[in-house]
Amino acid sequence: MAEQAEQQTGGVIYVIDGNRTPFLKVEGRRGPFSPADLGVAALQPLLQRQSFPQSAIDELITGQVIGLAEETNVSRVIALRAGLPEAMPAYTVNRNCGSGMQAVTNAWHALASGQADLVIAGGTEAMSYSPLCYSEALTAWYGAWSKAKAWGQKLHLLSTLRPQMLRPEIALLKGLTDPVVNLSMGQTAEQIAARFHITRQAMDNFAVQSHQRLAIAQHDGRLSEISPITAPDGTVYADDTGVRVNTSLDLLTSLKPVFNKPFGLITAGNSSQITDGAAFLILASEAAVKRYALPVVARLSAPVWVGVDPASMGLGPAVAIARLLKQTQHQLSDIPYFEINEAFAAQVLACVAALNDADYCQSALGLSEPVGLIDKHHLNVDGGAIALGHPVGASGARIILHLIHVLKQRNAKRGIASLCVGGGQGGAVMVEV
Amino acid sequence: MSTSYQHWRVEPGENYTTVYFDMADSQVNVFNQATMRELSLVLKHVTAQPKLKAVVFRSAKAKGFIAGADITAFSQISTVNDAVADVREGQQIFEQLAAIPVPTIAVMHDFALGGGLEFALACDYRITDDDPRTRLGFLETRVGIHPGWGGTTRLPKLIGGLAALMLMLSGRTLHGGAAKAMGLVDYAIPKCDVDRAIAYLLTALPPAHKPSIWQRWLGFAPLRPIVAGLLRRRVAAKIKDKDYPAPFALLNLWQRYGGYGEVATIAEANSVAKLLVTPTAKSLARVFLLRERLRELGKTESGVKHVHVVGAGTMGGDIAAWCALHHMKVTLEDADSAQLGRSMARAVVLFQRKCKQKHRVQAARDNLIMDPKGYGRAHADLIIEAIVEDKSAKQALWQALVQTAKPDAILATNTSSISLTELSEGWANPARLIGLHFFNPVERMPLVEVVETSSTAPELAARAFAFVKSIDKLPLPVANEPGFLVNRILSAYMLAAVGLHAQGYSYAQIDGAALAFGMAMGPIELADTVGLDICLAAAKTLVEKLSLPMPTVLAEKVKAGELGRKTGKGFYTYIKGQRREKIAIPASPDARLVEALMVPLKAEASAALADGVVSDADLVDAGMIFGAGYPPFRGGPLYVAVTG
Repeated sequence: MAEQAEQQTGGVIYVIDGNRTPFLKVEGRRGPFSPADLGVAALQPLLQRQSFPQSAIDELITGQVIGLAEETNVSRVIALRAGLPEAMPAYTVNRNCGSGMQAVTNAWHALASGQADLVIAGGTEAMSYSPLCYSEALTAWYGAWSKAKAWGQKLHLLSTLRPQMLRPEIALLKGLTDPVVNLSMGQTAEQIAARFHITRQAMDNFAVQSHQRLAIAQHDGRLSEISPITAPDGTVYADDTGVRVNTSLDLLTSLKPVFNKPFGLITAGNSSQITDGAAFLILASEAAVKRYALPVVARLSAPVWVGVDPASMGLGPAVAIARLLKQTQHQLSDIPYFEINEAFAAQVLACVAALNDADYCQSALGLSEPVGLIDKHHLNVDGGAIALGHPVGASGARIILHLIHVLKQRNAKRGIASLCVGGGQGGAVMVEV
Repeated sequence: MSTSYQHWRVEPGENYTTVYFDMADSQVNVFNQATMRELSLVLKHVTAQPKLKAVVFRSAKAKGFIAGADITAFSQISTVNDAVADVREGQQIFEQLAAIPVPTIAVMHDFALGGGLEFALACDYRITDDDPRTRLGFLETRVGIHPGWGGTTRLPKLIGGLAALMLMLSGRTLHGGAAKAMGLVDYAIPKCDVDRAIAYLLTALPPAHKPSIWQRWLGFAPLRPIVAGLLRRRVAAKIKDKDYPAPFALLNLWQRYGGYGEVATIAEANSVAKLLVTPTAKSLARVFLLRERLRELGKTESGVKHVHVVGAGTMGGDIAAWCALHHMKVTLEDADSAQLGRSMARAVVLFQRKCKQKHRVQAARDNLIMDPKGYGRAHADLIIEAIVEDKSAKQALWQALVQTAKPDAILATNTSSISLTELSEGWANPARLIGLHFFNPVERMPLVEVVETSSTAPELAARAFAFVKSIDKLPLPVANEPGFLVNRILSAYMLAAVGLHAQGYSYAQIDGAALAFGMAMGPIELADTVGLDICLAAAKTLVEKLSLPMPTVLAEKVKAGELGRKTGKGFYTYIKGQRREKIAIPASPDARLVEALMVPLKAEASAALADGVVSDADLVDAGMIFGAGYPPFRGGPLYVAVTG
C-alpha cells in the first residue's frame, strides 16, 4: 500500500498533445503503409505543430506486436525517419493488445522518476503486414536441402516433398491464439459471454451502436485527433475506414459464428476489425511544462496492469479498473466516461457485468460490494474497435487520446481508458483534464 | 624525397609510394597546364626513386578524385596547331605514367570524370568506392569533344570497343558497381577496405582485365565499320553532325584505328584538336562555364533545412518534391487534400526514378510532409508561395504568412507575372520578399530565376542563391521587371510564332523550323504545354509594357476553353497528354521562317538586357539555355548575335 501511495503522488504526468492516423481496415492484402510508415505519418504532423525544440525530447517509445523483419525496433526506425535527433534513443515495447498503453506506462515511469522530462509514446500496427510463414515441415525440409551435397541426397529429399508442406501458416491467426490454453481470442470471449450470460442480441446491438456512434462522431467532426495520411499512389485517407454507416441489426444477426462453429455467438460483426494504424501522445513532466510553456491537455494517473486467467483474458479490464479505482481512491460513480477497448462486444459487456456482479467482485476481486454499474451512455461514446478496428499495438494509445478528446468535448473532468490483453492481462489508466 | 610541389604530394611508404593530387586553391582536382606539368615532374622524380616498389595515386580532396580538364583553359585555344600541341603534351604525360616500371594503382572516390578517368586508365589497377552516387565517366561529348589523353585507345583495350564507345558517346556516368561489372575498375569497395585492396593487388598482381571474346571480336578491323555504322545511325537519330560533330569524330576514329598503336594515339590528338576549335565546342564550353558562374553565385550557406511550400498545384507540388529529393524537410500546404494527394503521387514517381535505392526513395518520401493545416509555416527556413496567379489572393496569403513565419525565414514567391512590390505592399519590411521563379517541368529545367527588388538585402539574395544551388538548380539573378527574363523573351517569341500562322505557315511547320534550329520544343507546342490561359494572362501584362503584337487567336482559343495540353486541345490536339499531330523536322529549314522566329527572340533578349533585367549578356544567354531550352551548341541568343 505504501508503494501504491507513493506511485500515486510520485509525480503528475501531463499530456501535451496527441495525434493518430486514420485506422485503415485490412482488405485482404498488404495495406499502403508499413508499421513504420504509419508511425512516421502519425508523428510528423504532431511534431510539426509543437513549439518546443526537438532536442528536448528524451525518447520515443512505441508499442507494436507484429514486428516486420525489415523494421526491427520499429520505434527507432520511426524516430529516424520522422527526423527526430539521432542522439534521442527509441525502443519498442510489446504487451500484445496493451502495447500502446504499455508505451505510455513506460513513459509515465520515466517521467515520474525524473529520468526524462519529455517523452513521446504510442503505438503502431499494420496487421495487413503480418507474414505468411513456411510450415514447420517445410522449414525442416529446407534445412536438410541446404545441407545436402550429393545429387542422390537431393533427389531423395525432392521425393519427400509433399503438397501440404507448402501450405503457409498465417502468423496473424497464430498470434491471436493463446499458446498456453490453446484458445483463440474469440474462443476466450465465448467463454466469458457464457459466464455472464451475454446474448447474441446484446452483442449485435452493441456492435450496431459502435458503428452508429462512430458515424455520428465522424459526421459531427469530433475526431480531430486524426491527421490525414497520404499513400504513395496519392490516395488521401482522412477518416477511419472500417465504419459501416448502414449496418443494421438484421445484417449482423445473419452472420455466422466464426470461432465456436456452429453454435457460438461471436461473429466477425461483433468483433473488432483487423486494421492498420498508429497513434502517439506527447507526455511531459511538470518541469518540461514550465520550461517550454507547454499547453497541458490532460493529466495521467499511473497506469495499472493486472493478470487474469488467459482463458478469460477479456475480463482484464474489469480487474484493472477495480484496481485503478482503489489506487486513485475513487468510486466508479466519480468517473463520468469510460473507454474500454472493444476487442469483442461480448468481452466489453462481460466486463460491465462483472464489475456489477457481487459474486465476481467478491471471488475475483476480494470486494465485499460490487464495484458498480458503468452507464452504457458513458461507455465508448464515439464507438470503438468494432467500428474503427484494433491495430493491436496502437489501440492502447488511441483510447487514451480519444478519451482526452471526449472529456474536453463534453466538459467532463475524469475518465478511465482500459483494455484487455491476449494472454490474460488488463490495463487501465485514469485521465483527468 | 624532399621536393615539395604546389599541387601534388608524394608520401613514400614501406610497400608503396602514395602520390596525392591536391590542387592548390581549389575544392576539386582539375587538370590544367600547371597541374599537368607538375605531374610530369612528380612522375619523373617518383620513377627515379631507388627501391620503388609500387605507386598509388589518390586525391587529397574530401570530394572526388579528379574532375577532368580545366574547361576555361581549353576554351581559349584558337588554332588547331596549338590544340594539337596541347593535347599531345597531355598524352605524353599520361604515357609517362603508364610507363612507370612498377605496379600503379588509382584509388578513386566520389567521381573521376573525363581526363580524371583517363588518368586512372593509364594506371595498372583501379579501385573505387561502392557508393551508388559515385560517378565515373567521360563527359567530353557534352562539351563538344571526345577523350584525348589516351582514353580512346586505352578504354577499348580494357572493356572492349563497343562498351567503350557506348560509354564515351553517351557521356553517361557509372557508379562503382556498374564500373566493376564492366571491367572499368578492379574493385568497387567500401572506403574502409581500400588499404587491404591495395595490399592484395600489390601482392597478387592479378592480370589486367580483358574484354570478353565477343567484345574483342567486334573490335577486329573487318567488323569495325559495321559496328561503327550501327552506332552512327543511332547517334544521327538524335543529333546532327553539323551541330554536334564530336560523337561522329569519335566513331570515325575508332572505325579507322580501333585504338591500336601509336598511330591511333596521334589520330586521337588530331581529332580532338580539330573539335576543340569548332564553334560547337566553343559554345558548349561557354555553356559549361556559364553553369559554373551561376553555381558560384550560390557558394555561401543558405541556412535552409526546412522548406514550406504553399499551394500544391503542379508547380508547388513539383517544387516541394524536388526539394524533398534534395534532402530538405518539406511541408506542403494546400487546403485541398486531393491536390496534396496528386502531388504525393507525382513526387513518388519522381523519387523512384531518381533514387536507385529503396531507402533513398523512402527518405525522400519522409522528407515530404503533407501539411493541410499549415503547421510548417512557423518552422520553415524558407517559405515558397506557389498558389494561383491572383494578386489579391496572394496578397492576402502573404499578410498571414508574414505574421507566422520565423523572423529570419526567407520569404519567396513563385509568381511569374506579379510584381513583388505589389505583393509586399504594406509590410513592415517589404525587403524580405524575393522571387524564386521555377520553370515547368521542375524536374527537367535547371534554371531558377531569383527575383530581387531594389530593396532586397544582399544577404537575403545570397542565401536564396545558395538555396537554389543546394537543390541542384542554377540561380539566375533577375530584376523585378515584368516577365522577368525568360518569360519575357519567350512571350515575344511565342507571340511572334503564333502570328506567323496568320502568314500562312502551319503550326507544325513553325515548330519544325524551331526544332531544326535546335530549340528543345517548338514555340507552338510550348504555348500549349504552358497553357494558353497562362500565356494569355502573361502576354496581357507584357504586351502593354513591352508593346508586343497580340495575336487575336490566343484570346479566341482561351474563350473556347482550348487551353492546350491540359484540356486536350490548344493549337494541337492531345490524347492523354500526347500530341496527335506530327511535327517533321526539315533537313534544310526555310531560312526566312527561322529568321522570322528568332529575330523577335533576339530583339527581346537585347531589350531585356537594355532594361537591366540581368546585368550582362552572358546571363541572358544562360537564362535562355537553362530556362527556355535554347540550343546549347549555339551558345545563346546574344552570343550568336555577337559572333555570327
